[in-house]
Amino acid sequence: MLARIKQFLGIGAKPKEVPKEEVEKVAEEKAKPRIGYVHLSGCTGDIMSLSENYDILAELLTNMVDIVYGQTLADVWEMPEMDLVLVEGSVCLQDEHSVKELKEAREKAGLVVAFGSCAATGCFTRYSRGGQQARPDHESFVPIADLVKVDCAIPGCPPSPEIIAKTVVAVINGDMDYLQPMIDLAGYTEACGCDLQYKVVNQALCIGCGTCAMACQTRALTMTDGRPELTSARCVKCGICYVQCPRSWWPADRIKQDLGL
Amino acid sequence: MVLGTYKEVVTARSTDKEIQKIAQDGGIVSALFCYALEEKLIDGAVVAGPGKDFWKPEPMVAQTADEILAAAGTKYTFSPNVLMLKKAVRQYGLEKVGTVAIPCQTMGIRKMQSYPFGVRFLADKIALVTGIFCMENFPFASLQTFISEKMGVSPELVEKMDIGKGKFWVHTADDVLSIPLKETHGYEQSGCKVCLDYVAELADVSTGSVGSPDGWSTVFTRTDAGETVFKAAVEAGVIETKPVDTGKFGLEILTKLATQKKEKAMKEIDRRKSMGLPVPYKASSEKEDPLANV
Repeated sequence: MLARIKQFLGIGAKPKEVPKEEVEKVAEEKAKPRIGYVHLSGCTGDIMSLSENYDILAELLTNMVDIVYGQTLADVWEMPEMDLVLVEGSVCLQDEHSVKELKEAREKAGLVVAFGSCAATGCFTRYSRGGQQARPDHESFVPIADLVKVDCAIPGCPPSPEIIAKTVVAVINGDMDYLQPMIDLAGYTEACGCDLQYKVVNQALCIGCGTCAMACQTRALTMTDGRPELTSARCVKCGICYVQCPRSWWPADRIKQDLGL
Repeated sequence: MVLGTYKEVVTARSTDKEIQKIAQDGGIVSALFCYALEEKLIDGAVVAGPGKDFWKPEPMVAQTADEILAAAGTKYTFSPNVLMLKKAVRQYGLEKVGTVAIPCQTMGIRKMQSYPFGVRFLADKIALVTGIFCMENFPFASLQTFISEKMGVSPELVEKMDIGKGKFWVHTADDVLSIPLKETHGYEQSGCKVCLDYVAELADVSTGSVGSPDGWSTVFTRTDAGETVFKAAVEAGVIETKPVDTGKFGLEILTKLATQKKEKAMKEIDRRKSMGLPVPYKASSEKEDPLANV
Protein backbone atom coordinates (compact mmCIF):
# COMPACT_ATOMS: atom_id res chain seq x y z
CA MET A 1 0.00 0.00 0.00
CA LEU A 2 2.69 2.48 1.04
CA ALA A 3 4.70 1.67 -2.03
CA ARG A 4 1.68 2.22 -4.22
CA ILE A 5 0.97 5.66 -2.79
CA LYS A 6 4.61 6.58 -3.09
CA GLN A 7 4.66 5.40 -6.67
CA PHE A 8 1.52 7.38 -7.37
CA LEU A 9 3.17 10.48 -5.96
CA GLY A 10 6.42 9.75 -7.72
CA ILE A 11 8.52 9.99 -4.62
CA GLY A 12 10.98 7.91 -2.67
CA ALA A 13 11.19 9.66 0.66
CA LYS A 14 8.78 12.10 2.19
CA PRO A 15 9.75 15.74 2.00
CA LYS A 16 9.25 17.92 5.09
CA GLU A 17 6.97 20.98 5.10
CA VAL A 18 7.12 21.95 1.44
CA PRO A 19 6.51 25.67 0.84
CA LYS A 20 3.62 26.63 -1.42
CA GLU A 21 5.82 27.78 -4.33
CA GLU A 22 7.65 24.46 -4.21
CA VAL A 23 4.39 22.56 -4.38
CA GLU A 24 3.31 24.61 -7.36
CA LYS A 25 6.64 24.04 -9.07
CA VAL A 26 6.47 20.30 -8.51
CA ALA A 27 2.87 20.30 -9.68
CA GLU A 28 3.94 22.00 -12.88
CA GLU A 29 6.86 19.72 -13.55
CA LYS A 30 5.18 16.43 -12.70
CA ALA A 31 2.38 14.95 -14.71
CA LYS A 32 -0.74 15.91 -12.80
CA PRO A 33 -2.38 13.06 -10.89
CA ARG A 34 -5.42 11.73 -12.75
CA ILE A 35 -8.35 11.71 -10.38
CA GLY A 36 -11.70 10.05 -10.86
CA TYR A 37 -14.89 10.50 -8.89
CA VAL A 38 -17.49 7.77 -8.65
CA HIS A 39 -20.87 8.57 -7.13
CA LEU A 40 -22.71 5.58 -5.74
CA SER A 41 -25.47 5.65 -3.09
CA GLY A 42 -24.94 8.83 -1.14
CA CYS A 43 -26.29 12.35 -0.93
CA THR A 44 -23.45 14.23 -2.71
CA GLY A 45 -22.63 15.93 0.61
CA ASP A 46 -19.05 14.70 0.55
CA ILE A 47 -18.13 16.31 -2.77
CA MET A 48 -20.02 19.44 -1.67
CA SER A 49 -17.84 19.56 1.41
CA LEU A 50 -14.77 19.33 -0.82
CA SER A 51 -16.04 22.26 -2.85
CA GLU A 52 -16.24 24.37 0.30
CA ASN A 53 -12.47 24.75 0.18
CA TYR A 54 -12.89 27.92 -1.85
CA ASP A 55 -9.37 29.16 -1.23
CA ILE A 56 -7.58 26.15 -2.73
CA LEU A 57 -10.21 24.80 -5.10
CA ALA A 58 -9.38 26.80 -8.22
CA GLU A 59 -5.66 26.13 -7.88
CA LEU A 60 -6.30 22.48 -7.14
CA LEU A 61 -8.57 21.85 -10.09
CA THR A 62 -6.69 23.92 -12.65
CA ASN A 63 -3.07 23.26 -11.81
CA MET A 64 -2.68 20.34 -9.48
CA VAL A 65 -4.94 17.51 -10.57
CA ASP A 66 -6.74 16.33 -13.68
CA ILE A 67 -10.31 15.24 -13.11
CA VAL A 68 -10.59 12.52 -15.74
CA TYR A 69 -13.82 10.81 -14.76
CA GLY A 70 -17.01 11.65 -12.89
CA GLN A 71 -20.65 12.40 -13.49
CA THR A 72 -21.08 16.17 -13.93
CA LEU A 73 -17.31 16.68 -13.58
CA ALA A 74 -15.91 15.20 -16.79
CA ASP A 75 -17.55 14.69 -20.14
CA VAL A 76 -16.61 11.05 -20.69
CA TRP A 77 -18.53 7.78 -20.93
CA GLU A 78 -15.70 5.27 -20.79
CA MET A 79 -13.86 5.02 -17.50
CA PRO A 80 -10.17 5.80 -18.18
CA GLU A 81 -7.11 4.64 -16.22
CA MET A 82 -6.83 6.76 -13.05
CA ASP A 83 -4.16 7.33 -10.41
CA LEU A 84 -6.77 7.75 -7.71
CA VAL A 85 -10.52 7.42 -7.51
CA LEU A 86 -12.72 8.98 -4.86
CA VAL A 87 -15.78 6.85 -4.27
CA GLU A 88 -18.71 8.56 -2.60
CA GLY A 89 -21.67 6.54 -1.37
CA SER A 90 -22.21 2.93 -0.39
CA VAL A 91 -22.79 0.28 -3.01
CA CYS A 92 -26.21 -1.25 -3.60
CA LEU A 93 -25.92 -4.97 -4.17
CA GLN A 94 -29.12 -5.07 -6.24
CA ASP A 95 -27.92 -2.29 -8.54
CA GLU A 96 -25.93 -3.99 -11.26
CA HIS A 97 -24.64 -0.69 -12.59
CA SER A 98 -23.20 0.40 -9.21
CA VAL A 99 -21.48 -2.92 -8.63
CA LYS A 100 -19.99 -2.86 -12.13
CA GLU A 101 -18.80 0.75 -11.83
CA LEU A 102 -17.14 0.08 -8.48
CA LYS A 103 -15.38 -3.05 -9.73
CA GLU A 104 -14.24 -1.21 -12.84
CA ALA A 105 -12.96 1.67 -10.71
CA ARG A 106 -10.91 -0.78 -8.65
CA GLU A 107 -9.39 -2.20 -11.83
CA LYS A 108 -8.62 1.13 -13.42
CA ALA A 109 -7.45 3.16 -10.42
CA GLY A 110 -4.14 2.88 -8.61
CA LEU A 111 -5.75 3.92 -5.35
CA VAL A 112 -9.33 3.61 -4.20
CA VAL A 113 -10.43 6.09 -1.53
CA ALA A 114 -13.65 5.57 0.41
CA PHE A 115 -14.70 9.20 0.45
CA GLY A 116 -17.19 9.96 3.21
CA SER A 117 -18.90 7.64 5.66
CA CYS A 118 -21.38 6.07 3.20
CA ALA A 119 -18.49 4.62 1.22
CA ALA A 120 -16.41 3.91 4.32
CA THR A 121 -18.93 2.45 6.79
CA GLY A 122 -22.24 2.38 4.94
CA CYS A 123 -23.42 5.20 7.21
CA PHE A 124 -27.19 5.82 7.18
CA THR A 125 -27.72 3.58 4.14
CA ARG A 126 -27.09 0.73 6.62
CA TYR A 127 -30.69 1.23 7.70
CA SER A 128 -32.10 0.43 4.27
CA ARG A 129 -34.47 -2.54 4.13
CA GLY A 130 -35.78 -2.01 0.60
CA GLY A 131 -39.46 -1.78 -0.24
CA GLN A 132 -39.28 1.85 -1.36
CA GLN A 133 -40.26 3.47 -4.66
CA ALA A 134 -39.04 3.59 -7.36
CA ARG A 135 -36.94 0.47 -6.76
CA PRO A 136 -38.42 -1.68 -3.99
CA ASP A 137 -35.76 -4.29 -4.75
CA HIS A 138 -32.90 -1.93 -3.81
CA GLU A 139 -32.44 -3.26 -0.33
CA SER A 140 -28.80 -3.98 0.50
CA PHE A 141 -26.29 -1.14 0.78
CA VAL A 142 -22.78 -1.95 1.97
CA PRO A 143 -19.47 -0.12 2.40
CA ILE A 144 -17.40 -0.37 -0.74
CA ALA A 145 -14.72 -2.34 1.11
CA ASP A 146 -17.18 -5.26 1.22
CA LEU A 147 -16.73 -5.65 -2.55
CA VAL A 148 -13.32 -4.21 -3.44
CA LYS A 149 -10.01 -3.55 -1.72
CA VAL A 150 -9.98 -0.01 -0.34
CA ASP A 151 -6.66 1.77 0.16
CA CYS A 152 -7.77 4.55 2.43
CA ALA A 153 -10.89 5.99 4.00
CA ILE A 154 -11.97 9.51 4.88
CA PRO A 155 -15.01 9.04 7.12
CA GLY A 156 -17.41 11.85 7.96
CA CYS A 157 -21.02 12.69 7.23
CA PRO A 158 -19.73 14.63 5.49
CA PRO A 159 -15.96 14.79 6.06
CA SER A 160 -15.12 18.38 7.00
CA PRO A 161 -13.74 20.70 4.33
CA GLU A 162 -10.58 20.93 6.45
CA ILE A 163 -9.83 17.20 6.56
CA ILE A 164 -10.28 17.08 2.78
CA ALA A 165 -7.88 20.01 2.32
CA LYS A 166 -5.38 18.49 4.75
CA THR A 167 -5.56 15.17 2.92
CA VAL A 168 -5.01 16.82 -0.45
CA VAL A 169 -1.98 18.69 0.90
CA ALA A 170 -0.62 15.48 2.45
CA VAL A 171 -1.06 13.60 -0.82
CA ILE A 172 0.70 16.33 -2.78
CA ASN A 173 3.52 16.51 -0.24
CA GLY A 174 3.80 12.74 -0.03
CA ASP A 175 3.23 13.01 3.71
CA MET A 176 2.65 9.34 4.49
CA ASP A 177 2.64 9.89 8.25
CA TYR A 178 -0.43 12.07 7.96
CA LEU A 179 -2.21 9.58 5.70
CA GLN A 180 -1.48 6.52 7.85
CA PRO A 181 -4.63 6.80 10.04
CA MET A 182 -6.75 6.93 6.87
CA ILE A 183 -5.03 3.83 5.56
CA ASP A 184 -5.83 2.15 8.89
CA LEU A 185 -9.43 3.37 8.81
CA ALA A 186 -10.02 1.55 5.52
CA GLY A 187 -10.65 -1.49 7.71
CA TYR A 188 -13.24 0.23 9.91
CA THR A 189 -16.42 -0.66 8.06
CA GLU A 190 -18.88 -1.62 10.79
CA ALA A 191 -19.41 1.62 12.69
CA CYS A 192 -22.04 2.67 15.19
CA GLY A 193 -22.40 5.04 18.11
CA CYS A 194 -22.42 1.96 20.32
CA ASP A 195 -18.73 1.49 19.44
CA LEU A 196 -18.09 3.99 22.23
CA GLN A 197 -19.63 1.60 24.72
CA TYR A 198 -18.02 -1.55 23.27
CA LYS A 199 -14.59 -0.24 22.34
CA VAL A 200 -14.02 2.56 24.86
CA VAL A 201 -16.18 2.33 27.98
CA ASN A 202 -16.21 -1.49 28.12
CA GLN A 203 -12.44 -1.49 27.57
CA ALA A 204 -11.78 0.77 30.59
CA LEU A 205 -10.59 3.60 28.37
CA CYS A 206 -13.26 6.32 28.61
CA ILE A 207 -12.23 9.47 30.46
CA GLY A 208 -15.44 11.45 29.94
CA CYS A 209 -13.81 14.25 27.93
CA GLY A 210 -16.84 14.80 25.68
CA THR A 211 -14.98 14.72 22.35
CA CYS A 212 -17.34 12.07 20.94
CA ALA A 213 -20.44 14.10 21.77
CA MET A 214 -18.81 17.21 20.31
CA ALA A 215 -17.90 15.35 17.11
CA CYS A 216 -21.27 13.63 16.55
CA GLN A 217 -22.75 15.18 13.44
CA THR A 218 -26.34 14.27 14.22
CA ARG A 219 -26.47 15.09 17.96
CA ALA A 220 -27.06 11.45 18.75
CA LEU A 221 -24.69 11.66 21.73
CA THR A 222 -24.98 13.40 25.05
CA MET A 223 -22.83 13.00 28.14
CA THR A 224 -24.44 11.53 31.23
CA ASP A 225 -22.40 11.17 34.42
CA GLY A 226 -19.25 11.57 32.38
CA ARG A 227 -20.00 8.87 29.84
CA PRO A 228 -21.42 9.04 26.31
CA GLU A 229 -25.10 8.21 26.03
CA LEU A 230 -26.40 7.27 22.60
CA THR A 231 -29.83 8.06 21.23
CA SER A 232 -29.70 5.26 18.71
CA ALA A 233 -32.63 6.63 16.68
CA ARG A 234 -30.44 9.60 15.78
CA CYS A 235 -27.26 7.63 15.03
CA VAL A 236 -26.39 7.35 11.32
CA LYS A 237 -23.53 4.90 11.89
CA CYS A 238 -20.94 7.23 10.38
CA GLY A 239 -18.27 6.26 12.91
CA ILE A 240 -17.11 9.80 13.60
CA CYS A 241 -17.55 9.60 17.38
CA TYR A 242 -15.16 6.67 17.63
CA VAL A 243 -12.79 8.07 15.01
CA GLN A 244 -12.42 11.36 16.94
CA CYS A 245 -12.18 9.74 20.41
CA PRO A 246 -8.70 10.37 21.83
CA ARG A 247 -8.73 6.80 23.15
CA SER A 248 -9.35 5.05 19.80
CA TRP A 249 -6.04 5.98 18.15
CA TRP A 250 -3.54 8.59 19.17
CA PRO A 251 -1.54 10.62 16.60
CA ALA A 252 0.95 12.01 19.14
CA ASP A 253 3.74 12.95 16.75
CA ARG A 254 1.51 14.77 14.31
CA ILE A 255 -0.11 16.78 17.08
CA LYS A 256 3.25 17.88 18.47
CA GLN A 257 4.39 18.84 15.00
CA ASP A 258 1.20 20.84 14.39
CA LEU A 259 1.62 22.66 17.71
CA GLY A 260 5.32 23.32 17.20
CA LEU A 261 6.19 21.35 20.35
CA MET B 1 10.72 14.95 29.33
CA VAL B 2 8.05 14.27 31.93
CA LEU B 3 6.90 17.90 32.07
CA GLY B 4 6.36 18.18 28.32
CA THR B 5 7.85 20.73 25.95
CA TYR B 6 7.65 24.27 27.30
CA LYS B 7 9.07 27.70 26.73
CA GLU B 8 9.08 28.89 30.31
CA VAL B 9 7.96 27.79 33.75
CA VAL B 10 7.20 30.30 36.51
CA THR B 11 5.32 30.60 39.77
CA ALA B 12 2.42 33.01 39.36
CA ARG B 13 -0.85 34.29 40.73
CA SER B 14 -3.66 36.63 39.84
CA THR B 15 -3.22 40.14 41.25
CA ASP B 16 -7.00 40.51 41.58
CA LYS B 17 -8.00 40.20 45.25
CA GLU B 18 -11.45 38.87 44.33
CA ILE B 19 -9.98 36.11 42.16
CA GLN B 20 -7.42 35.24 44.85
CA LYS B 21 -10.26 34.78 47.32
CA ILE B 22 -12.32 32.34 45.24
CA ALA B 23 -9.69 30.63 43.10
CA GLN B 24 -8.28 27.16 43.74
CA ASP B 25 -4.66 28.30 43.93
CA GLY B 26 -3.18 31.24 42.04
CA GLY B 27 -6.32 31.90 39.97
CA ILE B 28 -4.33 31.66 36.75
CA VAL B 29 -7.14 30.20 34.62
CA SER B 30 -9.66 32.80 35.80
CA ALA B 31 -7.18 35.67 35.40
CA LEU B 32 -6.10 34.57 31.92
CA PHE B 33 -9.65 34.19 30.64
CA CYS B 34 -10.82 37.50 32.16
CA TYR B 35 -7.84 39.22 30.58
CA ALA B 36 -8.31 37.50 27.21
CA LEU B 37 -12.02 38.44 27.21
CA GLU B 38 -11.25 42.03 28.13
CA GLU B 39 -8.64 42.31 25.36
CA LYS B 40 -10.91 40.46 22.89
CA LEU B 41 -8.29 37.74 22.37
CA ILE B 42 -11.19 35.36 22.93
CA ASP B 43 -14.90 36.08 22.73
CA GLY B 44 -15.90 33.36 25.14
CA ALA B 45 -14.55 30.44 27.13
CA VAL B 46 -15.87 26.97 27.83
CA VAL B 47 -15.52 26.39 31.56
CA ALA B 48 -16.76 23.92 34.18
CA GLY B 49 -19.66 25.92 35.60
CA PRO B 50 -21.95 25.13 38.50
CA GLY B 51 -24.50 22.40 37.73
CA LYS B 52 -27.89 21.50 39.17
CA ASP B 53 -26.40 19.30 41.90
CA PHE B 54 -23.82 20.59 44.31
CA TRP B 55 -20.31 19.88 43.02
CA LYS B 56 -21.57 18.26 39.83
CA PRO B 57 -20.26 20.73 37.24
CA GLU B 58 -21.76 21.38 33.80
CA PRO B 59 -19.76 22.72 30.87
CA MET B 60 -20.81 26.28 30.13
CA VAL B 61 -19.88 29.09 27.77
CA ALA B 62 -18.71 32.12 29.75
CA GLN B 63 -18.72 35.44 27.94
CA THR B 64 -18.20 37.84 30.86
CA ALA B 65 -15.77 38.07 33.76
CA ASP B 66 -18.64 37.36 36.16
CA GLU B 67 -19.43 34.10 34.38
CA ILE B 68 -15.74 33.12 34.44
CA LEU B 69 -15.57 33.77 38.19
CA ALA B 70 -18.77 31.80 38.81
CA ALA B 71 -16.87 28.77 37.49
CA ALA B 72 -13.65 29.36 39.47
CA GLY B 73 -12.19 26.53 41.51
CA THR B 74 -11.39 22.90 40.81
CA LYS B 75 -14.09 20.25 40.51
CA TYR B 76 -12.93 16.70 41.04
CA THR B 77 -15.46 15.05 38.75
CA PHE B 78 -16.44 15.06 35.07
CA SER B 79 -17.23 18.18 33.13
CA PRO B 80 -17.12 17.19 29.45
CA ASN B 81 -15.97 20.62 28.31
CA VAL B 82 -14.92 19.46 24.85
CA LEU B 83 -18.57 18.76 24.04
CA MET B 84 -19.39 22.44 24.57
CA LEU B 85 -16.79 23.76 22.10
CA LYS B 86 -18.99 23.06 19.10
CA LYS B 87 -21.98 24.73 20.79
CA ALA B 88 -19.80 27.74 21.61
CA VAL B 89 -19.11 28.17 17.90
CA ARG B 90 -22.42 27.08 16.37
CA GLN B 91 -24.96 28.29 18.91
CA TYR B 92 -23.15 31.19 20.54
CA GLY B 93 -21.50 32.24 17.29
CA LEU B 94 -18.05 32.63 18.83
CA GLU B 95 -15.04 33.02 16.55
CA LYS B 96 -12.25 32.77 19.13
CA VAL B 97 -12.92 30.27 21.88
CA GLY B 98 -10.91 29.61 25.01
CA THR B 99 -11.31 26.55 27.18
CA VAL B 100 -9.98 25.04 30.35
CA ALA B 101 -9.09 21.39 29.93
CA ILE B 102 -7.56 18.54 31.87
CA PRO B 103 -4.87 16.61 29.96
CA CYS B 104 -7.23 14.05 28.38
CA GLN B 105 -9.56 16.80 27.20
CA THR B 106 -6.59 18.63 25.72
CA MET B 107 -5.77 15.42 23.87
CA GLY B 108 -9.31 15.22 22.44
CA ILE B 109 -9.14 18.84 21.31
CA ARG B 110 -5.70 18.51 19.74
CA LYS B 111 -6.57 15.30 17.90
CA MET B 112 -9.66 17.03 16.51
CA GLN B 113 -7.50 19.95 15.33
CA SER B 114 -4.96 17.73 13.58
CA TYR B 115 -7.57 15.30 12.19
CA PRO B 116 -10.95 17.09 11.98
CA PHE B 117 -12.63 14.20 10.16
CA GLY B 118 -16.21 15.09 10.96
CA VAL B 119 -15.70 18.39 12.74
CA ARG B 120 -16.33 21.31 10.49
CA PHE B 121 -14.96 24.84 10.94
CA LEU B 122 -14.08 24.48 14.61
CA ALA B 123 -10.37 23.58 14.71
CA ASP B 124 -9.16 27.08 13.84
CA LYS B 125 -11.53 28.78 16.27
CA ILE B 126 -9.88 27.32 19.36
CA ALA B 127 -7.84 30.31 20.47
CA LEU B 128 -6.63 29.40 23.97
CA VAL B 129 -6.43 26.01 25.68
CA THR B 130 -5.54 26.41 29.34
CA GLY B 131 -4.54 23.00 30.67
CA ILE B 132 -4.59 22.02 34.31
CA PHE B 133 -2.43 19.42 36.03
CA CYS B 134 -4.36 16.24 36.72
CA MET B 135 -3.44 13.02 38.49
CA GLU B 136 -6.87 11.36 38.11
CA ASN B 137 -10.57 12.13 37.97
CA PHE B 138 -13.43 10.73 40.04
CA PRO B 139 -16.98 9.68 39.18
CA PHE B 140 -19.46 11.83 41.11
CA ALA B 141 -20.45 8.87 43.30
CA SER B 142 -16.83 8.56 44.45
CA LEU B 143 -16.88 12.17 45.67
CA GLN B 144 -20.13 11.49 47.50
CA THR B 145 -18.44 8.55 49.21
CA PHE B 146 -15.48 10.65 50.35
CA ILE B 147 -17.59 13.54 51.57
CA SER B 148 -20.77 11.96 52.93
CA GLU B 149 -19.52 8.55 54.06
CA LYS B 150 -15.86 8.96 54.89
CA MET B 151 -15.98 12.52 56.25
CA GLY B 152 -19.60 12.64 57.37
CA VAL B 153 -20.25 16.01 55.75
CA SER B 154 -23.30 16.97 53.72
CA PRO B 155 -22.16 17.97 50.19
CA GLU B 156 -24.24 21.19 50.31
CA LEU B 157 -22.02 22.47 53.10
CA VAL B 158 -18.81 22.03 51.11
CA GLU B 159 -17.31 25.31 49.92
CA LYS B 160 -14.06 24.05 48.45
CA MET B 161 -12.36 20.76 47.66
CA ASP B 162 -8.65 20.37 47.29
CA ILE B 163 -5.96 17.75 46.87
CA GLY B 164 -2.54 18.47 48.33
CA LYS B 165 0.06 17.37 50.83
CA GLY B 166 -1.05 13.77 50.44
CA LYS B 167 -4.63 14.47 51.47
CA PHE B 168 -8.08 15.12 50.04
CA TRP B 169 -9.43 18.28 51.72
CA VAL B 170 -12.91 19.65 52.18
CA HIS B 171 -13.56 23.19 53.38
CA THR B 172 -16.90 24.10 54.94
CA ALA B 173 -17.91 27.48 56.37
CA ASP B 174 -16.42 26.65 59.76
CA ASP B 175 -14.30 23.55 59.30
CA VAL B 176 -11.47 22.04 57.27
CA LEU B 177 -11.57 18.26 57.00
CA SER B 178 -9.34 15.78 55.25
CA ILE B 179 -8.82 12.11 54.49
CA PRO B 180 -5.49 10.58 53.44
CA LEU B 181 -5.22 10.37 49.66
CA LYS B 182 -4.76 6.61 49.87
CA GLU B 183 -8.37 6.35 51.05
CA THR B 184 -9.41 7.71 47.65
CA HIS B 185 -7.49 5.02 45.78
CA GLY B 186 -9.69 2.61 43.91
CA TYR B 187 -12.38 5.28 43.49
CA GLU B 188 -10.79 6.99 40.47
CA GLN B 189 -12.12 6.24 36.99
CA SER B 190 -10.38 3.43 35.18
CA GLY B 191 -9.55 5.38 32.03
CA CYS B 192 -7.13 7.56 34.04
CA LYS B 193 -4.93 4.56 34.74
CA VAL B 194 -3.42 4.54 31.25
CA CYS B 195 -2.99 8.32 31.03
CA LEU B 196 0.58 9.46 30.38
CA ASP B 197 0.02 13.17 30.86
CA TYR B 198 0.15 14.89 34.25
CA VAL B 199 0.89 18.49 33.30
CA ALA B 200 -1.30 19.02 30.19
CA GLU B 201 1.63 18.71 27.82
CA LEU B 202 -0.40 19.77 24.78
CA ALA B 203 -2.10 22.88 26.17
CA ASP B 204 -1.15 26.42 25.17
CA VAL B 205 -0.53 27.25 28.83
CA SER B 206 -0.73 24.72 31.66
CA THR B 207 -1.06 25.36 35.34
CA GLY B 208 -1.54 23.68 38.70
CA SER B 209 -0.70 24.01 42.36
CA VAL B 210 2.15 21.51 42.59
CA GLY B 211 5.57 23.16 42.66
CA SER B 212 4.46 26.53 44.03
CA PRO B 213 3.59 27.84 47.53
CA ASP B 214 -0.02 28.08 48.76
CA GLY B 215 -2.00 30.73 46.92
CA TRP B 216 0.30 30.51 43.90
CA SER B 217 0.37 28.28 40.82
CA THR B 218 3.06 26.78 38.65
CA VAL B 219 2.62 27.89 35.04
CA PHE B 220 4.14 26.44 31.87
CA THR B 221 3.92 28.39 28.65
CA ARG B 222 4.10 25.91 25.79
CA THR B 223 2.89 27.16 22.40
CA ASP B 224 3.54 30.53 20.76
CA ALA B 225 -0.10 31.47 21.31
CA GLY B 226 0.11 30.52 24.98
CA GLU B 227 3.31 32.46 25.52
CA THR B 228 1.90 35.56 23.86
CA VAL B 229 -1.27 35.73 25.95
CA PHE B 230 0.48 34.86 29.23
CA LYS B 231 3.21 37.44 28.73
CA ALA B 232 0.64 40.08 27.80
CA ALA B 233 -1.36 39.29 30.95
CA VAL B 234 1.78 39.64 33.07
CA GLU B 235 2.71 42.90 31.36
CA ALA B 236 -0.79 44.23 31.90
CA GLY B 237 -0.37 43.49 35.61
CA VAL B 238 -3.27 41.03 35.97
CA ILE B 239 -0.85 38.21 36.76
CA GLU B 240 2.30 38.52 38.88
CA THR B 241 5.16 36.04 38.61
CA LYS B 242 8.24 34.98 40.48
CA PRO B 243 10.93 32.44 39.62
CA VAL B 244 9.81 28.88 40.18
CA ASP B 245 11.44 26.99 43.04
CA THR B 246 13.71 24.44 41.42
CA GLY B 247 14.20 22.54 44.66
CA LYS B 248 12.40 19.96 46.70
CA PHE B 249 9.04 21.73 46.94
CA GLY B 250 9.24 23.13 43.44
CA LEU B 251 10.15 21.47 40.16
CA GLU B 252 11.51 18.44 41.99
CA ILE B 253 8.16 17.41 43.45
CA LEU B 254 6.42 18.24 40.17
CA THR B 255 8.89 16.09 38.23
CA LYS B 256 8.51 13.32 40.79
CA LEU B 257 4.71 13.27 40.58
CA ALA B 258 4.73 13.44 36.77
CA THR B 259 7.20 10.56 36.64
CA GLN B 260 5.16 8.51 39.10
CA LYS B 261 1.96 8.98 37.10
CA LYS B 262 3.68 8.03 33.86
CA GLU B 263 5.48 5.02 35.32
CA LYS B 264 2.28 3.69 36.84
CA ALA B 265 0.40 4.26 33.58
CA MET B 266 3.11 2.55 31.52
CA LYS B 267 2.91 -0.48 33.77
CA GLU B 268 -0.86 -0.60 33.33
CA ILE B 269 -0.57 -0.10 29.56
CA ASP B 270 1.87 -3.01 29.31
CA ARG B 271 -0.34 -5.13 31.57
CA ARG B 272 -3.46 -4.47 29.52
CA LYS B 273 -1.64 -5.14 26.27
CA SER B 274 -0.39 -8.44 27.62
CA MET B 275 -4.03 -9.39 28.23
CA GLY B 276 -4.87 -8.47 24.65
CA LEU B 277 -6.91 -5.40 25.61
CA PRO B 278 -6.86 -2.34 23.35
CA VAL B 279 -4.86 0.72 24.46
CA PRO B 280 -4.18 3.58 22.06
CA TYR B 281 -0.63 4.07 23.34
CA LYS B 282 2.56 2.19 22.51
CA ALA B 283 3.92 -0.49 24.83
CA SER B 284 7.09 0.49 26.69
CA SER B 285 9.10 -1.82 24.44
CA GLU B 286 7.83 0.01 21.34
CA LYS B 287 9.08 3.49 22.15
CA GLU B 288 12.36 5.28 22.74
CA ASP B 289 11.27 7.28 25.76
CA PRO B 290 9.12 4.91 27.81
CA LEU B 291 7.44 7.85 29.56
CA ALA B 292 6.49 9.80 26.42
CA ASN B 293 2.79 10.44 25.81
CA VAL B 294 2.69 8.36 22.61
